Amino acid sequence: MLALNVVSVAAGIGLWALVSAIGIQGLPGPAQVLAQGIELARNGTLADDVGASLARVLTGFLLGSLLAIPVGFLMGWYSIARGIVEPYIQFFRTVPPLAIIPLAIVTMGIGEVPKIFVIFLAAFLSCVISTFQGVVGVEKTLINAARVLGAGSLTVFLRVVVPASSPFILVGMRIGLGAAWATLVAAELIAAPNGLGYRMQQAQLFYDLPTIFVSLISIGVLGLIMDRILLLAEARLTRWQERR
Amino acid sequence: MSATAAPTSPQTGEDLSMIRFADVRHDFELGKETFTALGGVSLDIADGEFVTVVGPSGCGKSTLLNVAAGLLEPTGGEVLVDRRRVEGPSPRTGVIFQQYALFPWLTVRKNVEFGLELKKVPAAQRRTIVDHYLGLVGLSDFAQALPKELSGGMKQRCAIARAYAVNPEILLMDEPFGALDALTRVHMQEQLMDTWLKERRTVMFVTHDVDEAVFLASRVIIMAARPGRIYQTVTVDLPYPRTEELRLSPEFAQLRAKVWEAVYHQPGARGADE
Repeated sequence: MLALNVVSVAAGIGLWALVSAIGIQGLPGPAQVLAQGIELARNGTLADDVGASLARVLTGFLLGSLLAIPVGFLMGWYSIARGIVEPYIQFFRTVPPLAIIPLAIVTMGIGEVPKIFVIFLAAFLSCVISTFQGVVGVEKTLINAARVLGAGSLTVFLRVVVPASSPFILVGMRIGLGAAWATLVAAELIAAPNGLGYRMQQAQLFYDLPTIFVSLISIGVLGLIMDRILLLAEARLTRWQERR
Repeated sequence: MSATAAPTSPQTGEDLSMIRFADVRHDFELGKETFTALGGVSLDIADGEFVTVVGPSGCGKSTLLNVAAGLLEPTGGEVLVDRRRVEGPSPRTGVIFQQYALFPWLTVRKNVEFGLELKKVPAAQRRTIVDHYLGLVGLSDFAQALPKELSGGMKQRCAIARAYAVNPEILLMDEPFGALDALTRVHMQEQLMDTWLKERRTVMFVTHDVDEAVFLASRVIIMAARPGRIYQTVTVDLPYPRTEELRLSPEFAQLRAKVWEAVYHQPGARGADE
């Protein structure tokens, strides 16, 4: 499988080189992009941009997930909490986080706050729904089994509901991370002093295609790495699950 | 309409009763209609007795068990376990569920240990108790396994060990072998018998399997539906330990036929609606 993946990627790069060599005017080839990448890495621009982007996405993502887990639990456990929170979540879920950006910029300025806020919103909404579904879906017999062994509400919650819904939380976090990453780049395209999205925006003005490619590839690779880290954590934490 | 079945207590003395159902009623609403799952059930189960409850679906046998477990509040009447009123689930009452209900994220050992941790039993003592019960159900070699690695029969043995570990006064079993194949079920019955003879507890065992009901019980309670009530009681006067020869004996066949008749040929059980 891995061999096939490698072959496929190599073929893709080969095709890209071919197309840029014979075809489209101005499309940089892999070698040119690599050279630009090395240049950007050497003068520190790439590290700065990656650092700025990662700082934003991780702050927003962590804040969002951190809030989503308790809110999701409350919604699943207490129908009152569900009744109060659910309409807002259902509403904001249908509004793409990107559509919040203009509002966020107008109300919060063009500093870090609006960008982190939008990323936070994206991560929170994905994670909260998944957590809520996990809590609601905990098997009643498991709860009863704990109760007849002497567990009170708090014990049932901590020792049954939390572990039983952990696979759902982790799935929610993965979706949330994807949403956060997508939102970040868009937010930086609109207004930012640095970051991968900003760099692309600048490069666009100067018709600097190699830099756009370097940024795009960086975004893809970083997103993939973060997703794989969460996937690994998920596999470790939910080893006990029966897989079909 | 009241259909109070006469409780039979062969062990006579009322104070010996370990589980007492006193006119237990349970009604529930379904849409606009009210269904009577239990229409005033009275039953005494003596200390150390093994009672099985059989009946057609909808006769309220599982409801009766859930009320005794404290998982369901009856609409009327009460259940006493060792002369104390059942107010909710408690480790005094061990329950074994048809769906095993093992915690899938815990190993076999940790599952059995769960109730002991809640009771704040010291670690060294916990270890001894868990080892003892895992040995009793034949799972010593699987202490570190996760539930997903066990067969259905092994899962249920683990659940039995978990229920025993907290040292309950009574054991309630809700169709524990219902999800197992016929062959495994027979093995499990024999093994349960073995465990029970070594560590005698008062058992109430709900099943829909007539063979199983007769093989395990000292007394079979046959229930009828609409409203859920005790229809008949059959005393199984066969010696323990029960063996395969016994299962194939004419005496067993006779009792089995009697219970079968009472379960499948209840007057008005089907078709004749009120």
